[in-house]
Amino acid sequence: MVQASIDGVLLGILFALIAYGMALQWGVMSIINIAQGELVILGGYVAYYMYTAGIHPIFGVIVSPIVMYFLGLLLYKTIINKVINRDLFFSILATFGISILAQQLMNILFGSDVVVAQSNLGTTFLFDDSVSLPNAKILSAAVGTLVAIVLVIYMKKSKLGRAIRATAQNARAAKILGVDTDKVYSSIFGINAALCGIAGALISITFTLHPYVGLPYTVRSFMIVIVAGLGNLPAVALSGMGLGVFEEFADYIFGTEFRIGAVFLLLVFVLVYRRFKLSRKREYLK
Amino acid sequence: MSQYKIKLISMIAFVLMIGLGFTGSPYAADDTIVLGAAVSLSGKYSTAGKHTKNGYELAVKRINSMGGVKVGGKSYQFKVTYYDDESNSGRAAQLAERLIKQDGVQYMLGPYSSGLTKAIAPITEENKIPMVEANGASRSLFTKGYKYLFAVLSAANQYLEVAIDLAVEKNGGKPVKIAMAFEQDAFSQDVRLGILDAAKRTGSKIIIDDKLPKELNDMSATLAKVKAVRPDVLVVSGHSKGALTAVRQISEMKVNVPMLAMTHCDSSSLSKQHGKKAEYALCAAQWHKSLSYSDKFFDTASTFDKDFNAEYGYAPPYQAAESAAALLVWKDAFERANSLDKEKVRDALAKTDMQTFYGNIKFNQQGQNIAKPMVLFQVRCTGDSCENKVVAPTKWASSKLVHPVPKWSER
Repeated sequence: MVQASIDGVLLGILFALIAYGMALQWGVMSIINIAQGELVILGGYVAYYMYTAGIHPIFGVIVSPIVMYFLGLLLYKTIINKVINRDLFFSILATFGISILAQQLMNILFGSDVVVAQSNLGTTFLFDDSVSLPNAKILSAAVGTLVAIVLVIYMKKSKLGRAIRATAQNARAAKILGVDTDKVYSSIFGINAALCGIAGALISITFTLHPYVGLPYTVRSFMIVIVAGLGNLPAVALSGMGLGVFEEFADYIFGTEFRIGAVFLLLVFVLVYRRFKLSRKREYLK
Repeated sequence: MSQYKIKLISMIAFVLMIGLGFTGSPYAADDTIVLGAAVSLSGKYSTAGKHTKNGYELAVKRINSMGGVKVGGKSYQFKVTYYDDESNSGRAAQLAERLIKQDGVQYMLGPYSSGLTKAIAPITEENKIPMVEANGASRSLFTKGYKYLFAVLSAANQYLEVAIDLAVEKNGGKPVKIAMAFEQDAFSQDVRLGILDAAKRTGSKIIIDDKLPKELNDMSATLAKVKAVRPDVLVVSGHSKGALTAVRQISEMKVNVPMLAMTHCDSSSLSKQHGKKAEYALCAAQWHKSLSYSDKFFDTASTFDKDFNAEYGYAPPYQAAESAAALLVWKDAFERANSLDKEKVRDALAKTDMQTFYGNIKFNQQGQNIAKPMVLFQVRCTGDSCENKVVAPTKWASSKLVHPVPKWSER
């Protein structure tokens, strides 16, 4: 039980990291990025190639977001800025296309083999060996938390952070007041890709990489954002951890085969519950 | 004529030209015998698909350069028409139709993976086209009464049965406690059925029976259970991803089990990617280069290994070896049938009884190869370099099984 809870929290922090990028895009740009998982895997490959070049993959946490940031900018300039003011459907289609393209390109460039990067960080044992925590996972959680804290402060204090929040509230008003919304959008896309890069680098040392495993990450971050609401970082972090614990427990109690199923079931419940709450609100308005 | 019309006409002409290009390659023109194959050259099976194609190609080259296939006093050359099935079973079925109906192919080679073979088999069967396949191990392929399907490899349920027998033997003939985790796909579930049979036969008890999702990336919950109940054997099968995830998390969580048996260790290059962490893992394989089978084309298993390495620059995984063996079976069948008639060749295939560098091949009524056992190897390391050593069956073992696996604290 303790093992499952701790595993869940550690996993959840990783999910929250990915979900936060999604919440940013969704909240500010009204874009649901289906290619989120692929960006994560791509970030993972950056760390993996550093590892094969003989550099410790932990430095991927620094290099990968830089590479991914520029890739994010490139994606924004070439594709996303063309769909941003259109219907939500267009952006879903566009990012879905990016996702397929990214999968196939990764398959051609990196091959379809499953790869792992070795961090050789060892394991910490608690409570007389009954709970084992791989140091790589602890490190991922620590990095995830750190990044989240930095982001919260950045959003509150910096000029760009203020501009982002203003754009999220009312893009037109922000533009009139002199905020360069195009720049805001492109930096959000870049920041999101960088976040995915960090998460990917962490995944390369804790789990496995493969061109086609992006989707589960997209689904989970989608789920977390729906539960937490848009643009609320602490809620995203909490909901991420909650999902992580929920998954581990579902796995432990019902068996691994119900793990992903349980996530989807929860998603359905949350959506139904939200609708229910919303309909009650509507009644008040009447 | 307007610009638009010219464009349209040239486009139609272009399409027609492509269409013509694909038709009209007869199945046995003058002195070639054309075999058809849909192989995954893109998509998630592209690596394994490449091994399959390379295996086919090496054998085609070798047979052609050694005099080709002699039928009716005339010498024919093999030629294979390939299409890329994109690792997609729907696409594979379409391509099989196309090979047979448009290209007029009369003899087929199999694709990579059980799933794709399952998609193609009904089509070859319906058109009465014999297919020798080398990469579809699922048991369900051999329970449908197919008459034109021949598989040179051992079926999936045979993969890890040997491991259970071995565990029981090491336990002084007494039943063992088994923990297992299998991915939910045709192949892995068949491996699971094999374990169930073996458990029943030996009176062993299954204490954990987890199914892993396709999107598997974390099996720490299963391993936490394993740690708590201490089984004698842990069996894991989930393609490359399963093998890599299992070894990573077992070493991280320091799970001690006396025996760890898996599949897909060589296709995931487990011993290279995980090094010493993978040591003592037992792996099922269709073939290994240290086996002592031989034939006159590739000589022994180890010379096949060398020749393949010289041609393609990497050591052949068993997927390449079994694919090459499929061509040897075809050649043998054509020569015994002494005819190009597909029915006669099918009957000759059914009577195959030969030895190749890959192993003995003899088909039962269902087209399954019953003459070749699976081999088990164990990852062993000296210093930092790790190698796969065959430990079972004892007849071909090149090294002794280490049992029980040393505890993590003693490594």
